[in-house]
Amino acid sequence: MRLPPGIRRYADHPFWQAVTILVLAYVLIVFVIPLLPGSALVPKSVVLQYMATVLVGVLIYVSDNEGRWRRFQEPIRAMLIERRLKLVRAGVLVAVTLLVGCLTLGQVRTTVSAPPNLRSIHPAPPADITFRGKTMTLTGLENPLRREPDSLAADLALGKRVYYQNCLPCHGDHLDGQGHYASGFNPLPANFQDNGTIAQLTESFVFWRIAKGGPGLPREGTPWNSAMPVWEDFLSEREIWSVILFLYDQTGWKPRTWEKSGEQGAGSGHD
Amino acid sequence: MSDVLLLVQAAADTTHAYRDFPLIGARAAVWIAAEVHLMFAAFVLGVPMFAVVTEAIGIFGGDERYDRLSKEFTRLLLVAYSATAIWGAILVFFLATLYPRFWAYLTAVFGTSMWVYASLFFVESFTLYLYYYGWDRWKKGRAKLWHWTLGILLNVWGTIVMFIANSWLTYMMTPPRDITPTTDPTTIKLWHAIANATWMPINVHRLIANVVFGGAIVGAYASYRFLASRTAEERAHYDWMGYVGNFIAISALIVLPFAGYWLGREIYQYDQSMGITMMGGFMSWLWVIQAFLIAVLFLTGNYYLWVGMERIPGAERFRPYTKWLLVVLVLGAIVWGTPHTMIADSKELAAMGGSHHPFLGALGVMSAKNTAVNLMILTTFLSFLMYRRANRRPVVPWADTGTRIQGAMFLVAAGIVLFYGIRGYFVEAIVRIGYSVYQVLAVLSCILFVTVIDILMARGAQSLGAIQWGKMPPRSQYALFILAVTFTWLMGLMGFARSGIRQYWHVWQVVEDTSKYAATPALGYAARMISLCVLIFLSLVAFVFWLGGLAEKSTFVSQGEARHVGH
Repeated sequence: MRLPPGIRRYADHPFWQAVTILVLAYVLIVFVIPLLPGSALVPKSVVLQYMATVLVGVLIYVSDNEGRWRRFQEPIRAMLIERRLKLVRAGVLVAVTLLVGCLTLGQVRTTVSAPPNLRSIHPAPPADITFRGKTMTLTGLENPLRREPDSLAADLALGKRVYYQNCLPCHGDHLDGQGHYASGFNPLPANFQDNGTIAQLTESFVFWRIAKGGPGLPREGTPWNSAMPVWEDFLSEREIWSVILFLYDQTGWKPRTWEKSGEQGAGSGHD
Repeated sequence: MSDVLLLVQAAADTTHAYRDFPLIGARAAVWIAAEVHLMFAAFVLGVPMFAVVTEAIGIFGGDERYDRLSKEFTRLLLVAYSATAIWGAILVFFLATLYPRFWAYLTAVFGTSMWVYASLFFVESFTLYLYYYGWDRWKKGRAKLWHWTLGILLNVWGTIVMFIANSWLTYMMTPPRDITPTTDPTTIKLWHAIANATWMPINVHRLIANVVFGGAIVGAYASYRFLASRTAEERAHYDWMGYVGNFIAISALIVLPFAGYWLGREIYQYDQSMGITMMGGFMSWLWVIQAFLIAVLFLTGNYYLWVGMERIPGAERFRPYTKWLLVVLVLGAIVWGTPHTMIADSKELAAMGGSHHPFLGALGVMSAKNTAVNLMILTTFLSFLMYRRANRRPVVPWADTGTRIQGAMFLVAAGIVLFYGIRGYFVEAIVRIGYSVYQVLAVLSCILFVTVIDILMARGAQSLGAIQWGKMPPRSQYALFILAVTFTWLMGLMGFARSGIRQYWHVWQVVEDTSKYAATPALGYAARMISLCVLIFLSLVAFVFWLGGLAEKSTFVSQGEARHVGH
């Protein structure tokens, strides 16, 4: 497709190419990505990160060649010094001042929402825990119910009952963290359907999280602000392993497995 | 039982275990001393590697320019070496006076190796003096070879010194499992303590990192001298020097992540909770920052090559392609920097249904990140290949076929990386981890075979003109500065991650830190401390550079001598 000469003059100019790329990138990140199926709005911190990366890319593009770099500077130079562009100059001055003012106001004004916090999602589990007086070594620990295939259906049914009696209000009917009480919590209850939660974890990790709840989270990375109860006070060991079976069965995820002998340490936590 | 013992130990640690440092506190004092010492140590270990290689090129290639370059750097070493020793002494004094009980423990375990360390330091110093002051005396024939051997010895002593110091810090991280809080330190066998789980991975990682750092510092020095040059000849010399430094830094950088991966794996195997704290826990944000900084390195390194192509006749053939390489690098940087857990306010969290973005969250996992970084490495290699070929036209009869094979190798490597990257989403984690090995092997094989073909193809190649050294815009030199600053910053950042995962332990699960500074610092505080250390180090290095210029004339050579056009 041939562009009209008037438009092509701008389309071929590195300055306007740079402006166009930045505008398109912003539109794509802020408006198009949220519209994609199953997507959501992009947090401001990520928008800033992406735009900074694109800006660096654009600056590299316009300056990695002497001719292009000179052409890129032409309109800026002209706007700053040419008499005929006095109005544009004043307009840019006002626009930049307003922009800086708005950004500053956005940073300092008082709002009712809590400031965003940096939350780590993978608390490091201890090597062993004490469950109702019994010491359990988490490293290398598998779900013992999986070794009993005959009773698996019964265990799943037990897990389902435990889930609906205890977990449903927060983690929801779809196991997606959208229970009736979910909106009252920050951080939100874990979404088991997300590929970033139980799909990345060993069952021993999930057992530790259910058994010890929010109060059992490690000292580092505090405050966790987790509302998860200490379920070992209410559920038996079998009930917890059963509900773990149910979580994986319902979501279709497979629990993370341990590496073979001598390498068991590398199999948990993150991917 | 061990909890009770730890409690007893903590109770015993009252007034005599720790002292404080005025204003900044004991921890900050040790932090600064250790970090700046380490940065200088990397300088005095990295630059001799660089010097001995360039001296060898000078000897065996017959280009005296390399020999002078090597000498110029050895001159800088003299001052940097003193600075390393001074900061090392400050660190030892701080440890002995501020953490006396812990220091006594370390000396009880490692006393003998500390004597060896001091002796080797002595030997290393005198090897350096002989190497530098004997440069002009042992300049020709067999004597020159002996001189070069001194350079090799300098590297050998330096490497052993580093290995010894590494054993102390790795013991603090990963003491052998049979050592407990009740073990009497005097009964621990020295080799048992030295050969701990992370000792060799750290040795290898630091060795490669020192080459990277040495190259980056050389590049920064060259850019400083380039910007201060008064003649075209001087500019040409320092432009060439900057190129050599950058080339070495980026080449070694490409293999560094693999050594880092080995280290990370050893940490996981030693103690999974330590590994998770580092990679997935509260230290995980450091890896997002690291991704950013490494993306800066890739972008800056490529930028320097692309700007440099302007001074190479024939490079215009490749210019239209660089923008597409840039697109790959920017997309790679975006993917690599996408956090798995996003910083979001409560409204954003509610909209996303948690701290994982339902769409972009897919970019936050290792499958995406491994794919991105491997493609960025391939792209950087392609940039370098274009740079290398810019002023040559191959004349071998199979040149077209060779180029097609090279192109096919790139496509196959990129295809393998993408295939395993996408497939990683559909398999369980334990299988996915193994995929990164296939991706890395594909990239390394491509680099190796394409380079071999390129060397064979360059035989008797027609020259399209010599590189016009010195014809570089100043902004290209700032790119070299950015590389050096970013490397230094990365070193401080990753050093904190490695050290910080010990949390409130001097020696992991053996000697507890019961001082008031036992809590692991917040990331913001750590970032400020690391930046302060980088600032102190770079200010001192700037002083060393200035001294280097003050002491003697620069080593640029006249036009007649500098006919070498090489890459």
